[in-house]
Formats: sequence, structure tokens, C-alpha cells
Amino acid sequence: MTRKQRRMTIIGGSLAVLALAAALVLNALRDSIVFFSTPTMVAEKHVAPGKRFRLGGLVQPGSLQRGDNLAVTFEVADGNAKLPVAYKGILPDLFREGQGVVAEGVLDANGVFKADTVLAKHDETYMPKDVADALKKQGHWKDDYGGKPAATTAQGNPQGAVR
Amino acid sequence: MIAESGHYALVLALGLALIQSIVPLIGARLRDAALMNVARSTALAQLLFVGASFVALVMLHVTSDFSVANVYENSHSMKPLLYKITGVWGNHEGSMLLWVSILALFGGLVAAFGNNLPLSLRAHVLAVQAWIASAFYLFILMTSNPFLRIVNPPIEGRDLNPVLQDIGLAVHPPMLYLGYVGFSISFSFAIAALMEGRIDAAWARWVRPWTLVAWIFLTLGIAMGSYWAYYELGWGGWWFWDPVENASLMPWLAGTALLHSALVMEKRNALKVWTILLSILTFSLSLLGTFLVRSGVITSVHAFATDPTRGVFILLILCLFIGGSLSLFAGRATSLKQGGLFAPISREGALVLNNLLLTVACAVVLFGTLYPLAMEVLANFKMSVGAPFYNLTFVPLFALLLLAVPFGPMLAWKRGDLLGVTQRLLAAGVAGLVAVAIAWAWARGGSALAPIAIGLGIFVIAGAVTDIVERTGLVRLPFATALHRARGLPRSAWGTAFAHAGLGIALIGIVCETTWNSEYIATMKQNDVAHVAGYDLKLDGLFQRQGPNYREMIAEFNVSRDGQPLSVMTPSKRSFTTRGSSTTEAALLTRGASQLYVSLGDANAEGAIAVRIYHKPLVLLIWWGPVLMAFGGVLSLSDRRLRVGAPKPARAKQRLQPAE
Repeated sequence: MTRKQRRMTIIGGSLAVLALAAALVLNALRDSIVFFSTPTMVAEKHVAPGKRFRLGGLVQPGSLQRGDNLAVTFEVADGNAKLPVAYKGILPDLFREGQGVVAEGVLDANGVFKADTVLAKHDETYMPKDVADALKKQGHWKDDYGGKPAATTAQGNPQGAVR
Repeated sequence: MIAESGHYALVLALGLALIQSIVPLIGARLRDAALMNVARSTALAQLLFVGASFVALVMLHVTSDFSVANVYENSHSMKPLLYKITGVWGNHEGSMLLWVSILALFGGLVAAFGNNLPLSLRAHVLAVQAWIASAFYLFILMTSNPFLRIVNPPIEGRDLNPVLQDIGLAVHPPMLYLGYVGFSISFSFAIAALMEGRIDAAWARWVRPWTLVAWIFLTLGIAMGSYWAYYELGWGGWWFWDPVENASLMPWLAGTALLHSALVMEKRNALKVWTILLSILTFSLSLLGTFLVRSGVITSVHAFATDPTRGVFILLILCLFIGGSLSLFAGRATSLKQGGLFAPISREGALVLNNLLLTVACAVVLFGTLYPLAMEVLANFKMSVGAPFYNLTFVPLFALLLLAVPFGPMLAWKRGDLLGVTQRLLAAGVAGLVAVAIAWAWARGGSALAPIAIGLGIFVIAGAVTDIVERTGLVRLPFATALHRARGLPRSAWGTAFAHAGLGIALIGIVCETTWNSEYIATMKQNDVAHVAGYDLKLDGLFQRQGPNYREMIAEFNVSRDGQPLSVMTPSKRSFTTRGSSTTEAALLTRGASQLYVSLGDANAEGAIAVRIYHKPLVLLIWWGPVLMAFGGVLSLSDRRLRVGAPKPARAKQRLQPAE
């Protein structure tokens, strides 16, 4: 093989791998990404039951109910709208009423959000960034949600529950 | 006083770094040895002053001086001594100080042990190191000074985040930073080579040990972090494809590619331009990782202190270094001489394929990490890219790579014989297929993917064994001869075999854990028995205990199998009064490579407690694999040819062996 042919082989191989990767990425983007919604966005956009998304907001005070066999229901609110959430399993240590929460799952036919993952971060002043941004956008941000400014929040680790 | 001295030492280090940034370069232009040697003394002095600054912060934490804001916010007088020390880097300011200390450490090592480097190369390398150091000293002094005082000192501190009060914090961040920052050396060498316009096989020989050291630490750091998350967070997950984790995985992928391409450059003087580019990219990804983690632009399950001004500052550093180095590369790369020729089917060709797959896999991870950010800025909607995305993209690419791994070391340099290698790998292939059949029969059907992946893992391991068997002639020759040849084999050959086998072992662990993991979640009362994967766990009772800065509730489980008592497991839930938060301490019972994992939820009024029990088959292989890879790296590092420097072997003896 001449130098040029060798180079072309390598370039051709590289392009093939790149094309493969691009195809994989495009394919994965079609159905494996998860969108973030607040209860208001869910109400406005009429999310179809069965479509996976992340729901963020504040746990409505007084809405937490524990059932048998670790079943829990609570409401996630963002000031304008509320959405009932059902989850089965152990909630993260930092799950509290009135605090920010992010849950991942699907809506069922009755409009209840069936969560299979509940995330809360391990810091008493913590507000998930997605939730904070969404609340700010809707004008429901109160300074005491975030507690002290970020400068005093320590580095933490994930705290969540996955079933 | 200590705080002010620490602050002052840091300012002095900045001054030294600025001198080191400029003077050696002038020296190189004027060919003045004395000016070039300034780099050496300033690098060592810098290490001394940053070290002093770091020790000052440690002392403030140990003595619980709450008049310093950083100590007040992250420490507590009742905290055990170990966590007082590790708490130094359990926060933003302290961890940045650790970052620059390690940078100065590497700079100091090059200065101290780089005697066999050409003088001008060493001057250039240390100058580039000083540019990076100056940028980060400025960053710390201007936006995140750890030595700030509080006007009215409080009596008690706010305590360290309870999740971080663990031995993991003592090991994981320093290891990870040794890896991240270690890649700055190969970056500096690459920039120095571009500035000098000269690069050869000897350059690769100098760079490789440093890259290897960084890679070993990064491998161990990532594995350690993963194991820490696994036992500390209480839900048995060990990898979440979280941006912060991706930030450490990307430099690892690029660094692994760099290790392999530097090999081609060292042995065959080819792939020079590509190796330079990879050196730049690897450290750029380390910087990007620092930016992602420190600026908080990306929602991560690992919460970090965030502050917009810090984010902008790091973004500036990032743009300056990545943009600057890539422009320099674009301008100078063409002037580098082309290297040796090789056929597509050859050791070089295999290493090119390795590089291609690793960098593309790295690009995919980068895309998945940044895509949500781009969409938020450009299209104004939020989303997350999680495990499903990476399962569909990263996993197939890595499977291809693993399939090719056994072929690489067996192909000859320059022109290889693919058919011959395939024949020699026949036994390994058969072993893989048998493993597929056994795993499939054992699992009684189910998804075919898991048995195939296990077969792939066995193929990789058997391929590594085959390579050693072939090289020593274990089957063909008498045993004594084979043993003699095994002793004579270069350490790097053993290193390759161990590292590659580690990949296969980790793969098997990952597949077994994700496929055959059994889980039991329920509320249990006293004397209730849970049956999980053949084990019986009886809840004996709940106890309260007082720790140094927390209270904990312990549940005692008696574990038995087929009526035979095995052990007692005591998971607990700790509540930390100062921060008003609690952590779950999981209990682990190791049986071979498998583990039984118990963590607690909330207790209800009737004395019943929510319990989560997992049986994780072969889960430990996930971390034994990387440990084996790192061991392979250490073996490779101790190889004779890396200790014997290229141009002046007599003087270089035992000089190029960096800190292990």
C-alpha cells in the first residue's frame, strides 16, 4: 500500500466510527432523554400518560401520607398548580414537606404522577437548581427558600432513592 | 496569625509563579542557562509556599479556629480529628487549595527529578505549569479565599456535611486530583514541544511515566469514589452518569487514549501530532471537569457550592487555556515532522483503533453532559440525559473496544497478521463462548445480552492470559524455560496483561450486579425475617447510641443461610444535630466477591422500620477490576525502559521515576 492509501484507510476507518457514534447518539436522543417539568407546565402542556419526565417543585406541606408497604403519596406544588405523586419505597433522608424535590416517573391515566425515583439533596439549605429556576421564572421565589446564599452551602453528595 | 500567614504564603506563591511564567522563557530565547534554571528554584519554592499555605489551613481546621469563615462553615469542635483534617478539602475553597497544592507538587517533582531533561524543554514545561498555577492562584485569592476572617467569631462551627464525614473523603478527592492535575504535566510537555517546534520519541518517553502516574491515580480515584457512593448513599448505586462523575470519566478516557498513543510515538515515532493533541485535550477535559464541578452550571446530584462569579472566572481560565493551546496547536502542528509508516493491520493500527474508540466514547459522554446545558441556553427548556442515553451510545462503543482489546498486544509492529492472531486467540474465543453458554444456561433464558457481555469479559481476560502464555511459551516449551522467560518479560508486558484483564473483570462485575441483583424493601418489626437470595435476615432489635457529634439508631440483623448463622449486620441511621440532617450507614456483608447490603429507612410509631436489603452478586469485581488496572499501571511504571532515560542513560538512572 502506498502512503496515501494507508492514510485513506485510517481516515475511512475514523469516519466509519464517527458515523456509528453519530447514529447511536441520534437514535438515543429520540427516546432516552427526560424532560423537566413543573406542575404548572404539566397542566398547561397536557403531558401524555406514560411519557417519562422529571417533576420538580416543593413538597406541599401537609400532603405527605404513608400507606402500607412503604407506599407514599404527596403533592408537588409550584405556587400555581399541584400534582399528586405516588411512590413506593424509602424516601431520601432529606425529603421534607415544604422542601424542594425532584421526582422521575410517568403520569398514569388518573393524572397521578407515579414516581420511581425521588431525589432530594443532602443539605438543609438546598433547593434543586431546576426547581429554583422554575420558581423564579414564575415569580414565586422567596429568598428564604434558598436559605443562605450559595457561598455557605457545602459540597455534598447525591441523596436519592431509586427503586 | 496562622490564617494571615497562610494567606501571605499563597500570595508569595503567586508571585513566584509569575516569575516562573516569564523568566525561563526569556532564558530559553537568549539561551541563558542561568535564567532557564530559575524555573527549577521557583518551582521548588512555590511548592514550599503552597504547602505552607495548605498546612496553615489544616492547622486552622484541627485547632477549630472558628474566627476563620471556612472553618466555621465546615467544622465543629466535636468532630473526630480525621474529619477535621479531611474537612479541609470537603468544601470549595479548601478543595481548590488542594488542587493548586497538587499542581505545585507535580511542578516540584519535574523540577527535582527532571535533571535528564534538556534544559530548554524543562524551562518551557515549568513555565507552562506556572501559567496554570498563576491562573488558579488568582482564582483562589480573588474569588475563594479560604483564609477570610469573621468579625465576630462564633463559638461553635456549622459542622461538615454528614455525608462527607467518612474515610472516603480522606482518600477520594486527593486521588482524583492527583489524577486530574497530573495530566497538567503532559499538557505542559505538549505546549513546550509546540513552542520549541521539536518533538521526538524521547519526548514520548519523558511524558509517558507522568501520564501513567496521573492515570493510575485517576483510575483509583474514580473507583474509590464509586465505591464510596455505593456504601454511603444507602441505595446501592455505584454509577449514576451524573455530570460530576462524567467530569472525571472524560479525562480518564482521553488519558487512557493518550497512554496508548504515547506508546506508538515512543516505539515507532509515529502519531506525533495526534499525541500532542490528546495531551492538550486530556488536560482540557480535566479543566472542564473542574469548571463543571465548581461553577454549578449543571444540575448534579452531587451538590457543590456554586457562585456565579466563580463560574465566570473558571470559564475564563478554561477558554484561555483550551483556546490558547488549541490555537498554538493549529499554528504549529504542521511544522512537526511526520513519523514512521505502518500498515492498517498492525500494532500501531490497533492502537489507532483504540484511540479512535476511546476518544469517540469520550465525545459521546461530553455530548451527553453538555447537551442539556446547551438546550437550556438555546431552546430554553430543561431536560436530563441519564443512564438510558449512555446505555444506547457509550455501551456499544465500549463493547467494540473490548472486542478489539485482546488483538492489540498480539499484533506485530509495522505489519501484523490478523489471521494468525485470530488463530492464536481461538482458545480465548472458545472460553468466551463457553462462558456465554454457561451463563445463559445458569440464568435459564432471560435476556441474551447479559451472558454475551459475560462472554466478552471472559474473552478479554483469556486474551490477556493468552498473550502472556504466548510470550513465555508456557505450552510449547518446558515449564522451567517458560518460567525463566516469564521473569525476563518486560514489566510493561505484565502491566498490559493485568490492565486488560482488569477491564474484563470490571465488565463481569458490572453485568452481574445490574442483571442479577435482588432487592427486598419492606417495613420490618422485631423478629421479622427477610428472605433474600437464599439468605435469611432476622431483625433482632433497634438500639440507640450516641456518637461524637451525632446520635444513631442501629438495627441488628442476624444473617443465616440454610439455618447456619453467618454474621450480624448492623446498619444504622445517624442524625447530626448541628446540621439537622441525617445519613444512612449501610451494613455490608462480603461473601466472596458478592455482597449483602442492608440500609434503613424511617422508623414508624409502632417500632417498625423501613428496610432495604440487596443481594449484589459479584459486585466487588466492579472495583477489583480498576484496582487491577492500576496495578498493571504500576508494573508498567516500574519497567526498566522508563527508568532509563533516552538520551543520557548513564545520568538518568532512577531519575525519571516520579512519586508513586
